[in-house]
Amino acid sequence: MQVVDLAETRLRDLNARLHALSADTNETLWRVENPNGQHALAVGLDAPITVEIAGHAGYYCASMNMQATVIVEGNAGVGVAENMMSGLVHVKGDASQSAGATAHGGLLVIDGSASARCGISMKGVDIVVKGSIGPMSAFMAQAGALVVLGDAGEALGDSIYEARLYVRGDVKSLGADCVEKTMREEHRSELRQLLDAAGLDGSVSVDAFKRYGSARQLYNFHVDNAAAY
Amino acid sequence: MCGIVGLFLKDPELEPQLGSLLAGMLEVMSDRGPDSAGFAVYGEGTSERLKLTVRGVRLDEVAEALGPEVEGRLRDTHLVLSFPRASEAEVRAWLAVERPDLAVTGAGERIEIYKDVGLPAAVARRFDLPGMSGTHGIGHTRMATESAVTVDGAHPFSTGADQCLVHNGSLSNHRSLRRVLEPAGMTFTSDNDSEVAAAYLSVRMREGASLPEALEAGLKDFDGFYTLVVGSRDGFAVMRDPVSCKPAVMAETDRYVAFGSEYRALVDLPGIEAARVFEPEPARVYAWERR
Repeated sequence: MQVVDLAETRLRDLNARLHALSADTNETLWRVENPNGQHALAVGLDAPITVEIAGHAGYYCASMNMQATVIVEGNAGVGVAENMMSGLVHVKGDASQSAGATAHGGLLVIDGSASARCGISMKGVDIVVKGSIGPMSAFMAQAGALVVLGDAGEALGDSIYEARLYVRGDVKSLGADCVEKTMREEHRSELRQLLDAAGLDGSVSVDAFKRYGSARQLYNFHVDNAAAY
Repeated sequence: MCGIVGLFLKDPELEPQLGSLLAGMLEVMSDRGPDSAGFAVYGEGTSERLKLTVRGVRLDEVAEALGPEVEGRLRDTHLVLSFPRASEAEVRAWLAVERPDLAVTGAGERIEIYKDVGLPAAVARRFDLPGMSGTHGIGHTRMATESAVTVDGAHPFSTGADQCLVHNGSLSNHRSLRRVLEPAGMTFTSDNDSEVAAAYLSVRMREGASLPEALEAGLKDFDGFYTLVVGSRDGFAVMRDPVSCKPAVMAETDRYVAFGSEYRALVDLPGIEAARVFEPEPARVYAWERR
């Protein structure tokens, strides 16, 4: 295991070492000590490695991630896993605003809660939040799935495109063009897989969730609205 | 962008360390606000005496000129005058006539306010913040957006006895709020939008509202972006706008409540590893009171 102590090593040197790893590297397990809420920890990784962050992370932790597994053993600041392409980001505490924003792929798991704008403009990432999510989450969400075991704040899924939202608790309000939808077998199956992937193997029933998605009235051109263009 | 820090102590044993803890927090927030910095510290005080913090030059002989009952404590460009409560009008009148060049940055039983342009660490050093003790303190590092880089534009703003406010964000209706507050008797020392927020809360509290109630009222009347940290003689409160535009992180233990624009500002606090670290929710008033 490679141990990097950020009390002694500069963050840029850590990121440079991680960026230099090739796809077949043998240095597959990294531990980052004393992260102390620094920004841009383990960003832009592109190798099948695991990076454990031993504490709280600042802004944009693990953003642009490809292939790697990044585990934050604390809270994560604004924009964790922002624009992730693939891989796994696991936050063991809470996440701040805009978790998983614009992410195209991979899985983001948050053991605690996420605040405002979780999954904003998500483009294919899967996000599982074991706590609750804040207001304006999944705003303009385009693709992927957002699973929430707790509650959702105001204006969930405002102006949503084709992402799928599964919420077990209460939804304070739905945003424009976001509606509750029927859970079909394909959705139960997807939800079950995501819960399993988040380590909740069978402990949470998929029947307790409701599905929300786009009413498709806002983003589709509709002839009745022609005068508005 | 600006940086805010706040520390409210529950454990009296930490009081001698208030200044050094706050100075550390303030310095970390330099990245968010390198233009100016300021802080308010709630230190020693009694109900019989008042403290007036004044800023300016040629401060050496001010206390002496005011008479034997007035004590002065000089810290760089700031002078804290302490005098019997009954002398307040007299002291203020003397300052207005004899030393109109001096700016009063704060007044109250316990509050002292220091602010200056420059990097936060330098500002903290200049006034020996690390050497100060107290029960709570609030600091601000400013990146100017709505008004110029001047000491007048530096936070905290104090518009009532023992009250102070720091603000990260920008208010879009500060001019219209000001037009309501000026007839209510508020005077302003700057064109700063944050000073208007402070004055708004002062007026509400003068009308009988508690600090949390004044903030609740502000939720309806403030238009714009704000994360506010507010201090009163015995209280400490935090509020964010309904879209939580500006960042905020808090930590609470049995010994203190701490606020930072970012978690980085909190990492050197004692026992932070075991603290409850959370993000204050939008449009919700958080308040603590000394017992």
